[in-house]
This record gives sequence, structure tokens and C-alpha cells, in this order.
Amino acid sequence: MSTHAHRATLQRRPLVKQLLDGADDNLLVIAGLGSSNWDITAAGDRPLNMPLWGSMGAPVGMGLGLALAQPSKRVLVITGDGDMLMSLGSLATVATQMPENLAIVVLDNEKFGETGNQATHTSPRNNGPTDSGAGTDLAMIARGCGIADATTVREAGEVAEFVKDVRTKKGPVFRLVKVMVEKLEFVMPPQDGAHLKDRFRQALLGHP
Amino acid sequence: MTAAPTQPAPSKVDWRDQIFEVFQDHDVKQVYHVPDAGHGRLIEACQTSNSIRTLALTTEEEGIPLAAGAWLGGQRSVLLMQSSGVGNTINLMGMPKTLRFPFLTLITMRGDWGEFNSWQYPMGQGTPKVLEAMGVLLYSVDNAAEVKATVDAAARSAFNGGQAVAVLLRQKLIGIKNFGKK
Repeated sequence: MSTHAHRATLQRRPLVKQLLDGADDNLLVIAGLGSSNWDITAAGDRPLNMPLWGSMGAPVGMGLGLALAQPSKRVLVITGDGDMLMSLGSLATVATQMPENLAIVVLDNEKFGETGNQATHTSPRNNGPTDSGAGTDLAMIARGCGIADATTVREAGEVAEFVKDVRTKKGPVFRLVKVMVEKLEFVMPPQDGAHLKDRFRQALLGHP
Repeated sequence: MTAAPTQPAPSKVDWRDQIFEVFQDHDVKQVYHVPDAGHGRLIEACQTSNSIRTLALTTEEEGIPLAAGAWLGGQRSVLLMQSSGVGNTINLMGMPKTLRFPFLTLITMRGDWGEFNSWQYPMGQGTPKVLEAMGVLLYSVDNAAEVKATVDAAARSAFNGGQAVAVLLRQKLIGIKNFGKK
């Protein structure tokens, strides 16, 4: 059975908006560079968002360090398939700690969006000379790393439960969401890293 | 006037245990490491500590975003690695500068002092240069009597001064690994 039997139908922007709806001081969000950054910002910039403009491969590690430091808060990492592919080992490190307050969402459009939509390894095999990948299954990799609760979301009918799991279910929770390839508006947060870090700490800890 | 003191008696306490004391003095809560003989005794002390969470990494690179996340959440951390792992960290070593957060790493040096393994030399010799290129402040120590004060100063530069700091624990301090050869 092919895991790519049909094209993705979920759209990342409304999905992320729904995921972050009603976010309060208990929800700490880290987003990977590029589209995931613009997605969380389109849902509403807030001090407890840490959107990255670089540091590819960093979001899961940042989420883990934060989740361990703040066990009473919910920590949500949102990133893309390209970013996740660059730090697969970090999923094994998450599994050594099993933080109950950490959720990882990978928005998988099977493309490196920021560089011109080249195929990532999650693209199907035999998809033409320029668009073929390996059909890499990131949810299966997460399970193989030891994160048992790692599943794939494809259909609109699954989104409500997906949101509930990511926001509240005992972690670590890993959700791979197959999303459409879309050309979307850039919605940019502040870029200065020190400012983003300071406003996050101010909101969380009461000092920068 | 009392008798003039001669040379201070060498401390009976192992320098690796003194580093652990410095971690406690500075309220370090998370320690990241890859397996390493040079840091072995210190890693074990951290693993058995009630106040420190110790994480084994799949690659040294993971330690930097972990440190960033810990700092976002209000905790101090330290990355322990070997010089051969420093090269794995260089891209993300830009994070402490970009986000301006305190970062402390302790590096056991190979390819440095009588090293027998030629494969250790390129990264061992490159370690200070690449760290400097990324704006990391370097401390270096090859004398057991100076380890505690050096790591303490590095921790102050990091956690009080907000710098990215590396302490090079020289191979002369750690001892030459010879795999049984004379």
C-alpha cells in the first residue's frame, strides 16, 4: 500500500490557526524557519511564540530544553519536513526524556519551500527526475526513535482530534500532518533574535 | 609573622569533581553530553545528581538548541564534548550570538598533546580557530590546580556576562590516550 495514494488536501494556515486558537500563557510555541514561522505569525504574533529565522534543525532540541525547564507548561514545536529531516536524532533524544508536556507537529508538504519547492526525502519515489524523494515516513521514524504516540493526519475529519491531542494529550506527542503545497503570503514576526528571546522570557519568567 | 607558605599543597580533590561543584555553585540544571572518556567521571556525577538533568545526545549539535530552550525556560545548562565533536556544532554555534543567550561548553581536547591518533589532529587543531570564528570566548587550562577557578570564571562570563564561552581542557591535563602502547 502506498502512503502517497492521494494528494494532500489540508491547508497549513487554517490548520495552524485552529491549533493555536485560544492560546494562553500555558502554551509555549517554537516554530521552525520559513513557512512554519510565517504560519504561527499569521495565527497572531505573541510573546510566547519563538519563531526561528534560521537555525535549521534546532526546533525539536529547543522544544525539549524548554519542556524540561518548564514542566507545568505545554510546549508545542511546529516545523516542516525539511527541518525535521535535518535533526532526526533529536527525536531519539526526546524519547530518552519522554517529556509529558511536549508536542511536535511536522507540517509535511514534501518540499523545501523556502528554496523553491524542491522535493524532500518525504516525496514519493518515481515522481519524475526532479521531484522524487524516498517516501520517507517521519511518523514511523519518530516511533522507531521511541516516541510511541506518533501518527499521521491527512483528512479534515481528523483535525479536531489532532488539535485536542497536540494541546492536551500526555506527551511526548508527535503528529505528522500531510499538507498541500501552496503559495502563501509571508507574515513575518520581529526578526531580532535577542528581542524574541527577551520578550519570551519576560512573558514567561517576568524578566528578560 | 608566621612562616612563609611554600607552594600550595595540590588539592586531593579530583578536578572533574571540582567541575561538578562549579556546576552546583552556578545552579546548572541541564547537562548535555556524548559519551566521552575525558568527561566520564563528571558525566557520572551529573547522572547521579538529584539537581541536574543529564541528556545523552546523538550529536553534539543538539546541545546548542537544547541550551537555548533551557534558557528560554529559565534554566542554565552546560554542553560537554570532545574536540572531535566541535565541528558538528559550528552552524548552530551562531545561536548564542543571534539570540544573545548565555552558553557554556567544556571541551576535552584530542589531537593536542602527544596524541597518537592522526585522525584526531585536524579537528583538535581546528577547535580554537573555529570557535573563535563563531564568536565564542575561549578559556584554556592544562593544570589540574587551575581547573576549578577557570571553569568558575567561564561560568561567570557565560551566566553573568551573557557570553558564549568554551573551556578547553587540554590533553596535557587529561592525559595521553595510548591504547596500551608505550
